[in-house]
Parts: sequence; C-alpha cells; structure tokens
Amino acid sequence: MKSKSKEILLQIGPFSVLLESSLCAVIESVNNLYADFTILTKSPVLFTDFHIRIDRANFYRGYCRSQVQCYIDGKTPFKPLPLDQAFPFFEWGLNWVIASHVHYYLLVHAAVVEKDGHVLILCGKPGAGKSTLCAALSCHGWRLFSDEMAVIDLVTNEIIPCVRPVSLKNKAIDIISELSPGTVFGVSYKDTAKGTLSHMKPSKYSVENGDVRAFAKWVVFPQYKHGAATSLKELSKGQTVIELAKNSFNYNSLGIQGFNSLCDLVEGSHCYEFEYSDLNEAISLFDGLPV
Amino acid sequence: MSIKKSPLLILALINPEKSLDFTLQQWDLFVRQARRSGVLARFGYILESKELLTKVPVDALKHIQSAQTYATQFETSLTWEVRCIQKAFEKLDLPLIFLKGTAYAVADNIVSEGRVFSDVDILVPEEKLADVERALIYEGWKSAHLDAYDQRFYREWMHEIPPMQHVQRHTSIDVHHNVLPKTSRFCPNPEFLLANIIKVSDKNAWVLAPEDRVIHSATHLFHEGEFDHGFRDLSDLDLLLKEFDSLDDFWDKLLKRAEELKQQLPLYYALRYSSIILRTPIPENILNISKQWLPNTFQRHLMDWLYCRALMPNHSSCELYWTAFAKWMLYVRSHWIKMPVHLLVPHLCRKGWLQLTDQKDH
Repeated sequence: MKSKSKEILLQIGPFSVLLESSLCAVIESVNNLYADFTILTKSPVLFTDFHIRIDRANFYRGYCRSQVQCYIDGKTPFKPLPLDQAFPFFEWGLNWVIASHVHYYLLVHAAVVEKDGHVLILCGKPGAGKSTLCAALSCHGWRLFSDEMAVIDLVTNEIIPCVRPVSLKNKAIDIISELSPGTVFGVSYKDTAKGTLSHMKPSKYSVENGDVRAFAKWVVFPQYKHGAATSLKELSKGQTVIELAKNSFNYNSLGIQGFNSLCDLVEGSHCYEFEYSDLNEAISLFDGLPV
Repeated sequence: MSIKKSPLLILALINPEKSLDFTLQQWDLFVRQARRSGVLARFGYILESKELLTKVPVDALKHIQSAQTYATQFETSLTWEVRCIQKAFEKLDLPLIFLKGTAYAVADNIVSEGRVFSDVDILVPEEKLADVERALIYEGWKSAHLDAYDQRFYREWMHEIPPMQHVQRHTSIDVHHNVLPKTSRFCPNPEFLLANIIKVSDKNAWVLAPEDRVIHSATHLFHEGEFDHGFRDLSDLDLLLKEFDSLDDFWDKLLKRAEELKQQLPLYYALRYSSIILRTPIPENILNISKQWLPNTFQRHLMDWLYCRALMPNHSSCELYWTAFAKWMLYVRSHWIKMPVHLLVPHLCRKGWLQLTDQKDH
C-alpha cells in the first residue's frame, strides 16, 4: 500500500539525517530502533547533512516486481532490493553517503565501544565477528560508539560516537538474544545479501551520551574461529597502521592528514590480534585489558 | 529568453557573493544541488579566489571543504597518471595530446580546480592507434572486457577505441582519433585538430588550442545524450570562455575554427545556453554571428525548450515540467546525429533488449 510520504529528521552521531519514505515498514522500524534518538524539526536555521529517500523503485520494478530503491538526491548508488528489505536499505544508504561524502573526518571500517573513557576499536574483514563482539560488549557495560565505522576527528584525534542500531547477521542474532535477554531487536530480514539480518536497538545509555567523545586505547583485529581458544597476541604498531589504512573509507583522500592521524591514534593505543569462539571469555578479557 | 526562477546553484555561480545571504536551509539545498551536479568543490575554489570561503556557515563549509579535499587528492592521482601515460609514450615518437578534464589540468586552466572525472582522454592520429594501443598494453593497460559486438561498435564506428583500464591502478584511458564518431555527419577532419595543438610543459604534454578546447567541450556536451554531468559541462564552458576572453583575437578565432571544424551548431548552443543560463559575458556581435548558424526559428524555440530543461543542475529541486521528457528527446537526438538510421535502429534495439533482460551494458 502506498501511503503519504513521511519525513523523519534524526541526529545520528555528528550528522543530521533526513529520512523520507512512504513505506510504513521503514517508518515503523525507525520509530522502534531509533526511539531514544533526538528528533530534529525542520526550520530555516537547520542544516541537514544528508537526505535519504527509501521508496518503491520505478513503476515496473516497484509495483510489478515489488522492489525498493534508495534515492540520495535523485542518485541511486545501488541496484533495487526486494521490498521487504526497505529498512536495511536505509542503513546501507546511510553508510554509503557517509563513506562517500565525509572527508572531514577519518573513517575506518570498524566496530567501536568505550569504557571508563577509553575506546576499543574492533577492526576486521566482514565476517570476522566484530559486530557480534561489539553487540556483546555493549550489552555488558560498554558504551556503543558504532558497529560500522570509527569516526576520527582529524584535529583532536578523538573518536566521535556515531550510535546506530547494530546490524547482526545469522547466528549472531540468537547468540546475542541468549547472552542478554533484555535486548530489543528489530524485524528479521531473511535472504539479504548477507544472509538473515536483524538490528539490535542501541542502549539508551549509549544514545544519550552520543555526544561524549573519547580517545582510542585499544585497537584489536578480532577473528571468530569455531572452537578456538581465546587468544590475544600483540601486533606491531606499524602493522596496525597499515591494517587500519586498508580498512579506511577515506584514508586515500586525506593524504598526509590521514597518515598523521592514524599514526597518532596507534601511538597511544595497545594493538592486538584476537582469536575467539566463546563470547563470555571475550567479554571478561576485554574488561581486564591494560590501560 | 531567460530562466525565470533560477535554482540557488545557478544564482551562486552567476554571483558568488549572493550565496552569503543564504539561510542555513538554503545552504542545505545548495550543497545537495552542487554535489549532485559535481561542482561543489569548484564552488569552493571560486569562493576561495574571492576570499569569501571563510564566510560560509560552518555546517555548509565542512561539506564544501570535504569536496575540495577529495578534489585535491584526485589532482595528485591525476598527476601521477599523466606521468605513467607519458612513460608509456616514451618509445613512441608522438605528441601526447590530452583532451577534456586532463587537458584542463595539464594546461592549468581555472576550470580544472575541483573538477573530478573518471577517464583520461587522449587524441592520437588514427594511423598510429595500433602503436599507441600496443605501448599502453606494454605498460599495463588492457582493453575492458567487451564482447565482439562492442569491439566492432567502437573500432568501426566510434571516434575512440574501446576504453582501456590499467590492471593495477584500475584507472581508465580513452584513446581517441577524433572528437566525434566516424558515422556522424558533423565529424571534423582530425588533421585540423592535430595541426593546432600546443605544448604545455617541458615534458610530453600537449593540449588543443584554447579555441579548439572550447569547441571540443561544446561538441561533447551538445552531442551528449545523457545529462548526468550536463550542468557541470555547461559550467566548464562558462569558465573556459571567461578565462580565454583575455586572449588576443580569441572570439574571432573561435568562430573561424567552428566553421573549419564543422562545429558551428554545437558552438552556437554553447554560447547561447551558457549566456542564458549562467550569464557568461559573451560579446554581443559574437552571439549575433553565431545565431546565423541555426537554420530556423522553430528549431531555436524547440532547442531552447529542450536544453533549458536538460542543462539545469541534476537535482529534483531544479526540474521543470517535462524535464524527463526533454532529456529523453535529447537522448534520442544524440543517437540520431551520431549514426545513420540503418546503423542506429539495430543498435538501439540491441541496447533496449539488454536493458530489458537486465544484462550488463557498457
């Protein structure tokens, strides 16, 4: 059913984002998962960083094939998706606009959490288990910064929170609901490009402290491996800089600024490779990391 | 004719000072219009040259500077790419002639500031194509994966060989032997172009003469069927014309060359629409002379109607009624003037079929 288009203006980390959609499923998911966020009101004195519209694709794809499209100022950076993936499409669209247009922060593809004023950066390939670790830690006393990207201030080198729902895939969804039964999840989306996908609502504490920045203390490259013993190995700082640069969305565009920023960040951090299969062991290990 | 209600982006490009009166909500829209049209970084450099950039509200400023940061990095990569192509040309006894974006950059034209694009374009004599292709392959470029139809499409009918991509850097190069397809009625004699090139550095880097650079930009835009970069290209013409205005006899040379290269019509459109849409200061007598090149009044009204829609910034806030239809008409026109009908019909049928069946088209 096509209904009237609705707009929601959200403050998401350092970005103001206007979502426009006529699809009820999108609006409902946002109302549910972004319930604790600051909703802004349109006014002549408000600048919105990004505008994203999620709607049915053109007539043929939208109505005959029930596909949804993500429009960013009329641009469609992705192929249309099945209609039931409309809400995840918003999340992917938001990742895309930030990664393609924000060159005023250094962005690294990583999950980020904080405790006692120290930030833990979990960086790694998709499937390495960083989102799962990040969700588990954020349910056990850590403050969520982001499960998608470390946003680094190029001047002060602080990490800026960009709190959003944590996207969990396949088995991770059940693992986290068992680990912390109180956690709120959004709809489960089956058969996405990444398998089954569901979003974990970020804790109220993380959302309300969304403007409190902190410095990095640990950079960890996690790797989930079935049956593996929990093991933490130190990684050289040089190697860490190279790995972070490889996982950065905009390191190349920032030139010397990006290099200096990464070096400073790594200089002040402990750097590790981490292998695990047991989440509880992982949580207690991270709780006891040296400062 | 004139544009009645100009989009913010057009107002700001005509009169950059005016942007300082924008409300934040207007800046919000302006940034999106400019980003979508590919001129956000360019506008940053224009404000910088007038020492106005720091007066922009910080919310909008960070987006403008972000685009400039990206453009700066692009320029560094482009400089490196140019050096790599120069290296590939070392064994050839040929001038390396850059076209379009790369030409503006190596010639240090104002228009290159903040201009980001995807392919390097070069021009070589047709009889040297094989040598150039071999030299590029030797340095790591290879022809993009195209089927036999596409290979033939390019090699028999087009003014360029199939695009080549570098296997390590993934950068693209388009090797041209002319500026319009061989099948086009308006295809100029490439020898005229090659005879009017100028050297721009002590290395092997050449560009078309200023008047030819303008004409090529016009030819490109007014044979184009897709207007994703239409407004940016019009702004290119605006900046080129403003920069070259100070050259000796520029305007007379421009008109003369348009006739020699059979590009009167594209130049007429370029002068007309950059003066209508972006208020480019063009001498009145030049505009009047160029007007004679258009066959009739009906065609003038029709083209005005089409281009004043298609050349607006590529953003929904700048669309008039019938913009999509106008773009579609110009898309059809672009094919119509590119190829004779006995080649065009089978070509379009094939393209349409590939699109319908969701197969990849280049």
